[in-house]
Amino acid sequence: MWRRPFPWLIVVAALLFALVPYFTNDVGMRESLLLAAIYIILASNLNLMIGYAGYVNFGNIVFFGLGGYICLYLVTAWHVHVIVAALIGGVAVSAVALLFGTGILRLRGAFFALATIGVNQAVQQLVVNFEPWGGATGIYLSLDSYKPFGGPMQALWWMYLLIVLLTAASMLLSYVIKNSKFGLGLIAIGQNEDAAAVLGVPTARYKALVYSASAFLPAMAGGLYFFKSGIIEPGAAFNLEQSIEAIVMLMLGGAGTILGPALGAVLYEEMRGILLTTQYLSHFQLVIAGVLLLIIVQFVPGGLLGWLHRLWPRTRGWLQ
Amino acid sequence: MFGILASVIDGILVGAVYGLAAMGLTLIWGVMNVINLAHGAIIVIGMFLLYIIVYSLGLHPYVAIPAMIVFGFLFGIVLYWIAVHRVIGQAELMSLLSTFAVNMVLIGLGTAVWSTSPYNVPVSMPSISLHGYTFTGTHITAAIMAVVIAGLLYVLLYHTRIGKAVRAVANNREAAELTGIPTTQVLAMAFGLGVALAGVSGTLIATLFPFTVLSGDAYQLKSFVVTVLGGLGNPAGALLGGVALGLIEGLATPFMPVSWIPVVEFGLFVFCLIAFPRGIFSFTKA
Amino acid sequence: MSELLVVNDISKRFGGLQAVSHLSLTVNEGEILGLIGPNGAGKSTVFNLINGVYAPDTGSVEFAGQDITGMPPHRVARLGLARAHQIVQPLGALSVLENCTVGACFGRENLPLAEARETAREMATKVGLGDRLDLIASSLTTAGKKRLELARALSARPKLLLLDEVLAGLNPTETEQMIATVRQIRASGIAILMIEHIMRAVMSLSDRIVVLNLGAKLAEGTPQEVAENPEVITAYLGDSTIMQAAEASP
Repeated sequence: MWRRPFPWLIVVAALLFALVPYFTNDVGMRESLLLAAIYIILASNLNLMIGYAGYVNFGNIVFFGLGGYICLYLVTAWHVHVIVAALIGGVAVSAVALLFGTGILRLRGAFFALATIGVNQAVQQLVVNFEPWGGATGIYLSLDSYKPFGGPMQALWWMYLLIVLLTAASMLLSYVIKNSKFGLGLIAIGQNEDAAAVLGVPTARYKALVYSASAFLPAMAGGLYFFKSGIIEPGAAFNLEQSIEAIVMLMLGGAGTILGPALGAVLYEEMRGILLTTQYLSHFQLVIAGVLLLIIVQFVPGGLLGWLHRLWPRTRGWLQ
Repeated sequence: MFGILASVIDGILVGAVYGLAAMGLTLIWGVMNVINLAHGAIIVIGMFLLYIIVYSLGLHPYVAIPAMIVFGFLFGIVLYWIAVHRVIGQAELMSLLSTFAVNMVLIGLGTAVWSTSPYNVPVSMPSISLHGYTFTGTHITAAIMAVVIAGLLYVLLYHTRIGKAVRAVANNREAAELTGIPTTQVLAMAFGLGVALAGVSGTLIATLFPFTVLSGDAYQLKSFVVTVLGGLGNPAGALLGGVALGLIEGLATPFMPVSWIPVVEFGLFVFCLIAFPRGIFSFTKA
Repeated sequence: MSELLVVNDISKRFGGLQAVSHLSLTVNEGEILGLIGPNGAGKSTVFNLINGVYAPDTGSVEFAGQDITGMPPHRVARLGLARAHQIVQPLGALSVLENCTVGACFGRENLPLAEARETAREMATKVGLGDRLDLIASSLTTAGKKRLELARALSARPKLLLLDEVLAGLNPTETEQMIATVRQIRASGIAILMIEHIMRAVMSLSDRIVVLNLGAKLAEGTPQEVAENPEVITAYLGDSTIMQAAEASP
């Protein structure tokens, strides 16, 4: 895969992402880029489900939240190193998704979309009642947890760099899958599941696999993100709205493309920043996001990249 | 013993209102294959309409019911043209996102106007007391109204020409078009009906419980549970599903902490979706 | 000649409708078997029972010596049984080449992506889509989509091809071209089970014909035998094409 230009582009972008705030020591820039990075991870893994396999997952944030909970629980209760804990979280959530996906992915279309909302809400409510994870108040980290990194300030930088690493990994995962047989099978499922099965695509297995794959990096990111925040509680961990925002970003950039979700995430994040700081508009952030989504869906369903590819078909080859 | 019976009865009364809300959702789904994710926001509109009628206009609370039906119907037709018409027949993602976008806009506007603090509209109705347990008049009234409105919907769908057109379009849009039914108008009207039902259920809920701009989410999810119990696209099933959900809530209340009830509801929802994708009460489709 | 596909006593009921009842048929290697019958005779259901879209209520299906009764469609495809649909089902947003690549990737040879692309290119060219490889499938004409169905099925390098009315909706020139293509496919050693309404075509292409009526087998034999069978003539009463076709066939 390293013979093509695209993966190198990702590496360079990730390095810039990581190093510019570090060397300018700009904490404000870091925090805003961190949010963008998290959203790129969410949107681009969601793209594997929505853009490739054509299955609308409204509850993809459940992976992020569960990963966060597992990680913080391991860090506080078992004193596991956060990187190991995040990794365990990623593997565990992926494994659960694989098992669960086999059942829930028997549902098609809107039924699946509804079920994913239900799953997220059910898990959230379950965690609210789960005392080992702190119930409704959640899990707090003590400052001791940051000691392995030499203090909270350094830990924050470490978490930022690791999350940028996961962002690059998400993009590369999208790229590798899109250019693989697995990806071709997924796209065939997204186009016409019955026809794909008749052509020999093992639809049930592929769907469960991609559901599980789309869980891994968000779950790890959840671990690192909530470690950085120092607190996790059910409302923030399983915030359905964030899940939906990830869909808006995906649609804005272009579902099914590799760069689209990242582009959409950065643009959306920027736009929200502007809206929140503009005096008269700060109350209307949600309204404007909604109008934006409505316009995209009604008039440019392919998103920015889809629109670009239609204007100049040759760009389709360059960007993959 | 009678305590349990009382909470079951109360659950059923509230369940009838849930059923009415779900009927709006399921009607739209059945006729045009669209899951209306603005459903919750519309329920909230119904709630605040009650607030406006009572506090801003100083009218009797139940004036809000016919007002909401008329307003909801017109508002639904407008929404249809803005958000739904262009995505009908496209991939499900499109209609889901389109209606969700409407949800974002409505909730955003609502938050800007009313913030997210709780509102309460006290409605006084005579209560009935039995064996020391009180059944509030508002609950009984709300349940009766829900059943009456459901009955009117049934008459409209099965005993009028308009209803016949709606059912024909739901059954086979192309064939309906060929027989000269103006399908687009029928779709817009069905969407208006669905929105009116959702709104009116919101108004009725607001006569029972306090509410905020964000209450819609919870009731939208309840509507999903009810719809899945009753079978997507099946209005009669929705009322049964609503009563069933109310019954489950009523039965569960005395036996488990309140915070566990949503766990049961959502667990049930996912389980029903996977186990009975056509609904438990759906006998209509073979 | 050895038996490639053995369908033994299969039945399928949908609600109150007995779509297929106790049907048995055999396709030999390298043979074209025609499956004909009036509309609603259950022909497409037979295909769905063979390739695993539905599981039969009774009976068994054996393919290349292996029991495939109730096997899911993707595994049946992997064994070398490909299908071209009556109602074309292109993967609309993918190009012609990508459509065929899916067939080659997940077909009998289970090829890696790069090799699959080569097979796909070859098969698309073979059915006459060589000049439209990069065209988006949904933008093809009806005839083009029919060819795509065929190319995609062939890309799987199947042992047996199920052809469901590949001639329907084509104009006379296109029909002639398609018939020639089907002959070529058979010549390359692939057995074919075809449903066809155009009698002249099915009579001239098939080695043997099975006639289906109301889900059950009405007759079986060479085109000549079938055309002269009085029961078949009754089933097609008022439809004299079968007689003319029989006279026209060599």
